[in-house]
Amino acid sequence: MLSKKAYIGIWAALLGLLLATYLLANVRLGPFNNVIALAIAVTQMTLVALFFMHVRYEKALTWVFVCAGVIWLLIMFNFTLADYLTRPGPLHHIVNNRVGP
Amino acid sequence: MADAESALAEHFEELPQQRDAAKLGMWTFIATEVLFFGDLFMGYIVNRLAYPQAFALASHHTVVLFGTINTAILLTSGLTMALSIHAARADNLKLSGRFVLLTIALGLAFLAVKGLEYHEDFHEHLWPGSHFRPDLPAQAQIFWFLYWVMTGVHSVHVIAGVLVLCIIAWMIARGRFSAEYHTPLEMTGLYWAFVDVIWIYLYPLLYLINRYAAS
Repeated sequence: MLSKKAYIGIWAALLGLLLATYLLANVRLGPFNNVIALAIAVTQMTLVALFFMHVRYEKALTWVFVCAGVIWLLIMFNFTLADYLTRPGPLHHIVNNRVGP
Repeated sequence: MADAESALAEHFEELPQQRDAAKLGMWTFIATEVLFFGDLFMGYIVNRLAYPQAFALASHHTVVLFGTINTAILLTSGLTMALSIHAARADNLKLSGRFVLLTIALGLAFLAVKGLEYHEDFHEHLWPGSHFRPDLPAQAQIFWFLYWVMTGVHSVHVIAGVLVLCIIAWMIARGRFSAEYHTPLEMTGLYWAFVDVIWIYLYPLLYLINRYAAS
């Protein structure tokens, strides 16, 4: 189990990442703006899950239950986008290289 | 102090077994919650890919200051919740109860800031429909529709969390928990951290799109 000091360290890291995501959003980085914002959010989520939700110290069976939620979410994103990107509709221009709306 | 025997339900052999079952049940519930919010994120992804400019323009009208303060409040409440469980494990139930009360206060502070923000959003005519701001593209209404639904449903989760935490505070005050048994506190901690994680994604997706281009 973590010490009180370690919990406060995690919290400080979370607030540091919040400051980083805010400051970097104000800099024009092209496609990297989105990549950085999401990478920071995923890092924050991982810290919260591993330490505030104690997943780090859980058995393999708990890890299976934790990962199941994320995997089903990714399956939904994957198949929905596969559908939207390959059929006529609002996202068709992205793969077809036509000028979008 | 709670008697470990009285906390054990009759269909379980021992407390650790009961605690493991509760934990798997809670994570199953969280998985359904992930999908509950997941379809809103799915709608966000499809519409943002379809109308990137409208989403960026619409996002520039969110109140970034309120959103950033609320992110800090929720991240801090995650810490106080974790410290409450930490104190309960060390059998310091009095300190644990204080951290629960602090978490409730932070949850209420989040809702207060959100209320101020909603008031300002209304004032700025950012509610989709016939009175929506005419200076924004029509598709900006999709962004604002998603903003109201996602933050609204999230706020309902914060309200539910605050109510459950009030019950937990009452249980601690009644001496129901001990270092061996405080499973309801731990399960509420999982729920609270999950609500925190949803906001971690809402913040950059709603408040920070192409922030550098905002005037």
